[in-house]
Amino acid sequence: MLFTSYGFVAFASALLAAYYLVPRRWQWPLLLAASYGFYALADWRYLFFLLVTTVSAYLMAVRLEDIAGEQKRYLQTHPALTREEKRACKAGFKARKWRWLLACLLLNMGILAVTKYTNFVIHNVNALLHGAAHLQTVDILVPMGISFYTFQTMGYVIDVYRGKQAAERNLFRLALFVSFFPQMVQGPISRYGDLSRTLYCGHPFDGKAVTFGLTRVLWGYFKKVVIADRIITGVTSLIQHTDAYTGAYVFVAMLFYAFELYCDFTGGIDITIGLAEAMGIRVAENFHLPYFSKNIKEYWNRWHITMGTWFTDYIFYPVSVCRPMLKLSKWSREHLGQAMGKRVPVYLSCFVVWLTTGVWHGAAWNFIMWGLMNFAVIMASQELEPLYSRFHARFPVRGKAPYEAFQIIRTFLLMSCVRMFDCYRDVPLTFRMVGTMFTRFRFSVFTDGSLLKIGLSGADYAVLLAGFAVVLGVSLFQARYGSVRQALYARPRAVSYGAMALLLVAILIFGAYGVGYDSTQFIYNQF
Amino acid sequence: MDRLLQILEDIHPEVDFETCGALVDDKILDSLDIIAIISEVSAEFDVAIPAEEIVPENFNSAQALYALIERLEDE
Repeated sequence: MLFTSYGFVAFASALLAAYYLVPRRWQWPLLLAASYGFYALADWRYLFFLLVTTVSAYLMAVRLEDIAGEQKRYLQTHPALTREEKRACKAGFKARKWRWLLACLLLNMGILAVTKYTNFVIHNVNALLHGAAHLQTVDILVPMGISFYTFQTMGYVIDVYRGKQAAERNLFRLALFVSFFPQMVQGPISRYGDLSRTLYCGHPFDGKAVTFGLTRVLWGYFKKVVIADRIITGVTSLIQHTDAYTGAYVFVAMLFYAFELYCDFTGGIDITIGLAEAMGIRVAENFHLPYFSKNIKEYWNRWHITMGTWFTDYIFYPVSVCRPMLKLSKWSREHLGQAMGKRVPVYLSCFVVWLTTGVWHGAAWNFIMWGLMNFAVIMASQELEPLYSRFHARFPVRGKAPYEAFQIIRTFLLMSCVRMFDCYRDVPLTFRMVGTMFTRFRFSVFTDGSLLKIGLSGADYAVLLAGFAVVLGVSLFQARYGSVRQALYARPRAVSYGAMALLLVAILIFGAYGVGYDSTQFIYNQF
Repeated sequence: MDRLLQILEDIHPEVDFETCGALVDDKILDSLDIIAIISEVSAEFDVAIPAEEIVPENFNSAQALYALIERLEDE
């Protein structure tokens, strides 16, 4: 059930009404039932995967906490232990905990790997064998949102292992954390400590929270059905006809895809967060005006924030500080010099993280290359830092508006260019097509009506332009003054409700519906 | 403490580490800086900072980081 289907709108509306009608202590069990219902409606077989993840995480987290309790009691009852004995005791308990954690990670990441990557491996093995043998691909069920809920749940188990999070001893509560339907299919990837604060407590009806939540839902639908679902026609046409659409067309595809992805993904997240907010539940923010970033690092602090912090906390840091890495760092200092020695752990860990991020996004070389390109760009900007410093020492432009505008445009174009690996069917083609932007660029494409032949009419462009202006206006307001909803709420009710009505009318009139309307899948659903 | 301050100043010469108390919260240190610091600390103090200790509270100030190093040395 897509967020943009009529079925989902009916489902969410009925749930919201029921949520405030049932006694408060039944609100979270109702959400659990609704989440499982939502998942079963997509495919009842998915439930098996969900249950395996939930039950294994529950049992392992409880076990990990029990072992930590044993360690605490042992140390309390043996106060005379020497420092070395205490160290040995802690190491023993830690090794036990590590074995349980590893079992849980292997099970769940194994399910993720098998369901998502088996056919990718088979394709690559076949390509390597050059016809000497041919392995048949297999028909495997890939559960909806498996990357998101697996990562979210493993994050919880690792937090319990680290002693940062108490184990949830109620299986049903944990089941809701794993399956909470608004965020299950495309995130955000929540932390148990954050989401649990508002997920389980009873929420009395709060008109302001419901209004705020529903306004955000409408804003999400506006971005998705008015902009993303309209511009996708042009993007699809441009990236499919690679013989005809080179040069300036690739540049247009790059800009259109940047806009489509932003509206699609942030729109979906707005629906998720808004729906949760309407029920009094606070879900972590996943974006903070990413296209206003002035450099790549800042961009990744503002785009898909919960994924970035997940990879930082659970992959980047552990890889960076693991014993082999520290040994390698020491070896590098001794053999390659101080400067290179300092770089090795950082660069190697970054490489691992971006490779994993690419693989996580999808079973295709395009995504792996996309991850590695991000790594290359970040490392290049890190290496060029001394050059930037010299430039800024000579030309004091930092902080000046024109230079900041240049930084924002540069970052936007660079990230949009890297993102082209999402679009074309394979990596060599992507390099070729991006290359044509520099070798076959014709300005006439923008003036001779060529862009009216890519599946978008003049009316489509008018709607897109107006939509772009609204999104940009709202973003600029947010950057300068903060919450638009708060500002509207401070005005007379006619203004705030009028804005909501306007948004609804815009969605109904300008949404990209056609005969037999079936909105396109959210891009991030496939991850 | 002086050795630690030297490590930090080598990474960010423009920051006053003796007074700043929100290095992570104010985004002065990012994840790459933190790993560079851990790598330096591990070489200089011979302590391993485990991943679970990489939390803002331990890296928000030079004092907090020094307290962490002392605690890990004691354990």
